Amino acid sequence: MTFHSPDLGKLIFGRLTLDDIPYHEPILIFTFLGVAIGAIAVLGAITYYRKWGYLWSEWFTSVDHKKIGIMYIVLALIMLLRGFADALMMRGQQAIAFGAHEGYLPAHHYDQIFTAHGTIMIFFVAMPFITGLINFVMPLQIGSRDVAFPFLNNFSFWMTVSGAVLVMASLFIGVFARTGWLAYPPLSELPASPDSGVDYWIWGLQIAGVGTTLSGINMIATIVKMRAPGMTMMKMPIFTWTALLANVLIVAAFPVLTATLALLALDRYAGTHFFTNDLGGNYMMYVNLIWVWGHPEVYILVLPAFGVYSEVTSTFSRKRLFGYASMVYATVVIAVLSYLVWLHHFFTMGSGASVNSFFGITTMIISIPTGAKIFNWMFTMYRGRIVYDVPMLWVVAFIVTFVIGGMTGVLLAVPPADFELHNSLFLIAHFHNVIIGGVLFGMFAGVNYWFPKAFGFRLDPFWGKVSFWFWVVGFYFAFMPLYWLGLMGVTRRLRHFDDPSLQIWFEIAAFGAILILIGIAAMIVQFAVSILHRDKLRDTTGDPWHGRTLEWSTSSPPPPYNFAFTPQVHDIDTWWQMKQYKWRRPVEGFLPIHMPKNTGTGVYLAVLSLIFGFAMVWYMWLIAAISFVALLAVAIHHTFNYDRDYYIPADEVGRVETARAGA
Amino acid sequence: MSMKTLRGLLLLALATALTGCHTVLMSPSGDVARQQRDLIITSFILMMLIVVPVIVATLVFAWRYRASNQKAHYDPEWDHSTIVELMIWSAPLLIIIALGAITWVSTHKLDPYRPLDRLGPGRVVTVDTKPLEVDVVALDWKWLFIYPEQNLAVVNELAAPVDRPIHFNLTASSVMNSFFIPALAGQIYAMPGMETTLQAVINHPGDYWGMSANYSGAGFSYMNFTFHGMSEGDFAKWVAQAKSHGDTLDQAAYAVLEAPSERNPVQFYGSVAPGLYRSILNRCVQPGPSCMNMLRVPDSGGGGEASVSSESHAAMPMAHPQ
Repeated sequence: MTFHSPDLGKLIFGRLTLDDIPYHEPILIFTFLGVAIGAIAVLGAITYYRKWGYLWSEWFTSVDHKKIGIMYIVLALIMLLRGFADALMMRGQQAIAFGAHEGYLPAHHYDQIFTAHGTIMIFFVAMPFITGLINFVMPLQIGSRDVAFPFLNNFSFWMTVSGAVLVMASLFIGVFARTGWLAYPPLSELPASPDSGVDYWIWGLQIAGVGTTLSGINMIATIVKMRAPGMTMMKMPIFTWTALLANVLIVAAFPVLTATLALLALDRYAGTHFFTNDLGGNYMMYVNLIWVWGHPEVYILVLPAFGVYSEVTSTFSRKRLFGYASMVYATVVIAVLSYLVWLHHFFTMGSGASVNSFFGITTMIISIPTGAKIFNWMFTMYRGRIVYDVPMLWVVAFIVTFVIGGMTGVLLAVPPADFELHNSLFLIAHFHNVIIGGVLFGMFAGVNYWFPKAFGFRLDPFWGKVSFWFWVVGFYFAFMPLYWLGLMGVTRRLRHFDDPSLQIWFEIAAFGAILILIGIAAMIVQFAVSILHRDKLRDTTGDPWHGRTLEWSTSSPPPPYNFAFTPQVHDIDTWWQMKQYKWRRPVEGFLPIHMPKNTGTGVYLAVLSLIFGFAMVWYMWLIAAISFVALLAVAIHHTFNYDRDYYIPADEVGRVETARAGA
Repeated sequence: MSMKTLRGLLLLALATALTGCHTVLMSPSGDVARQQRDLIITSFILMMLIVVPVIVATLVFAWRYRASNQKAHYDPEWDHSTIVELMIWSAPLLIIIALGAITWVSTHKLDPYRPLDRLGPGRVVTVDTKPLEVDVVALDWKWLFIYPEQNLAVVNELAAPVDRPIHFNLTASSVMNSFFIPALAGQIYAMPGMETTLQAVINHPGDYWGMSANYSGAGFSYMNFTFHGMSEGDFAKWVAQAKSHGDTLDQAAYAVLEAPSERNPVQFYGSVAPGLYRSILNRCVQPGPSCMNMLRVPDSGGGGEASVSSESHAAMPMAHPQ
């Protein structure tokens, strides 16, 4: 370490040198140029149209849960492009690197790509997606004006962004981890990974993890304390239920991740031996801890998606959700069981037969409540009047796809079968089958479903359907060959193959990835076309799908205060019931509404965290110390800010509500 | 598409998947892998009992209750049925009870630590059968196989006589790898400072693909080897040929071999320094402060757990090297 170095350059720049800028790698140069040109264009346009002030005061500093939710989803979509670019590069490499042909990616580059792909897709695509949807939808569904801690919400979001930026920075300054997305030691310890890669991974996840944990606390407090009167637990909309349990899992699981990363960081920075090979270290402890977080994590992702499917199925079948109570209990059972299965990720690391069978069987038991949920969606469609708007298409694709993924998952839970299938492409196909088919399809359904609520106009259905078909067909082309390759004994993370008979399957998978690329492009076109044709797609009712829950009772987009009067809840499908009883929107008797004020503190804290993280990655001890002290100072200073709230006057509320009633 | 056509197509897909004409997992050559294959197929069929009806019913409901089909019964308030609830919870439950029982039994029967009791269907291992001992070390990025009985070592090539149980002891030099010969048996991790075990048997002569199944760094993609299943006679010849190489794998030679390297050719050592594998396992080849067996007290028992090795039972509890 360089603590004693008198060299000023070392003190400031740590171990960062000019050689860490990958100017000799053409792929990265072009990526950098692309990103730079794109960034200049976007920033230039914002400056040209003088939108900085608007963005800062209306969005970046906003504590409005709806805007924060939208920003989370924008982050998820941007990071999806990065994560998918990684996927395309991997598929390209594996489709051509046979025999004498080495492919176009050296190990140094390829190994970073698969690590980044996994890390980004889980932490910076799937997580912001679900957090964003929960943020936007849940307070509206429970008839609340905002979340319990609005500033904390803004801070959580910017911490997630900060983590994402740090991970992205590794593209152009230094390297990212070459360890696989969970960075198992001893590979992730200093002797095997001395460069900046694992440190980027650690600090990126630590910073984002602060945001995730705080957001989890915030959402639980909101759901527990801020439901509209009459909304007992068993009258909560099912999406809110899944949001509650996902956040309980977050609060219980993410501290484990934080602690594990902290121990790994201590090994790497302070020379401790928690997970090293020697001097009493035990890396099996890391493997256990990371999966104690990691398995609940997949349920954190999939439970809110299940909630989306429930809402969408019921709405578009024009029918009450079948078996509400059974859905709730199934979700609770899944959440509890998700803590009892982690060892199934490493049956092959030498556990005894009884331990392996225990975890195999607990894993299978999860498929019982999950199966019950699938049946519930089926019976919600039964005797319904199903309207196939884009969100409902995603539901049908999900059920078929997820059932296959669930089946292969149970297969992998049989330990002796797992001995053959573990680490194989069969496993890769399985978890993409459940994460794409389960989580991502749900997020796309959710985005298409709630977009009109967020912006006041629908997404273009034609391009939505184009995107849907390319995604779904592309998914099957991309991943079914991987199941087959797994049965051929092909394992994951390989960048070169000798057996030419495998090539055709990799080519089919690459073709599937290209179809998905078109699906993503169609989605971008869908957004653009919808914005262009927003007047034609405009929804003035606030309830374009004949919804059933409270969010559809507000205008689209909802006013900053959501509800002028807190609704009274009498039924699970409150809004449906209000419509049955010919509910009329009140036009008088408005009161001033107490609102939280916007603040820039979240942004400042996140920027300081980013600087701190970057300094830690590069051993810039001076900057790390300064930014850490500044971080504390700004946080403490914010506690003295008493100018945190304001009132929307009653006549202003009246004006907004009357304008809406007239519309 | 009628139900009949659909069912036909699904059966066809099933049949294709099950026969698995070319895939090594579906047509293995070792008895353990074959039993694992049978287990995969049994579980698959068991789950098809529920998966196929669910997919079919979903598509049927999705089509039948489309909004444009005004003939279909519409009941917007129908949200509960005790019979249906009982059915949707008990059907998966029954399947999982069956699968759980199969899992418990097969996991114990196919535990990689458990000495083999059969060489194939109906072929019992006799009491006096002595398994072939092979010590496996995963190095950066090649495989070292030490045959203690034959007193020889090979890099990136493995051979064993057919129908003789093989007892692998595995460890690694620096990072985790996973030892995997799909045609022979399922994989098991090879991890530094720890020892795992795999019991297997190969039933047909042939050359099989072996690899590391767990990513271990830059040279991982080339960490492959060929596993030869041989007749007793051919194996004896292979041993004799290997022994004819004069090199000895001692501490010095191991230090050279241990250094990271990629695409190593097959390399034979005609003899091996005694106790080398134990020193590797205890991270003690180069005399230093880290010998595991000097640091730790043995765990008492621990069944099949990957045990932190502790050769020297005589070591003082918590004794630190002087």
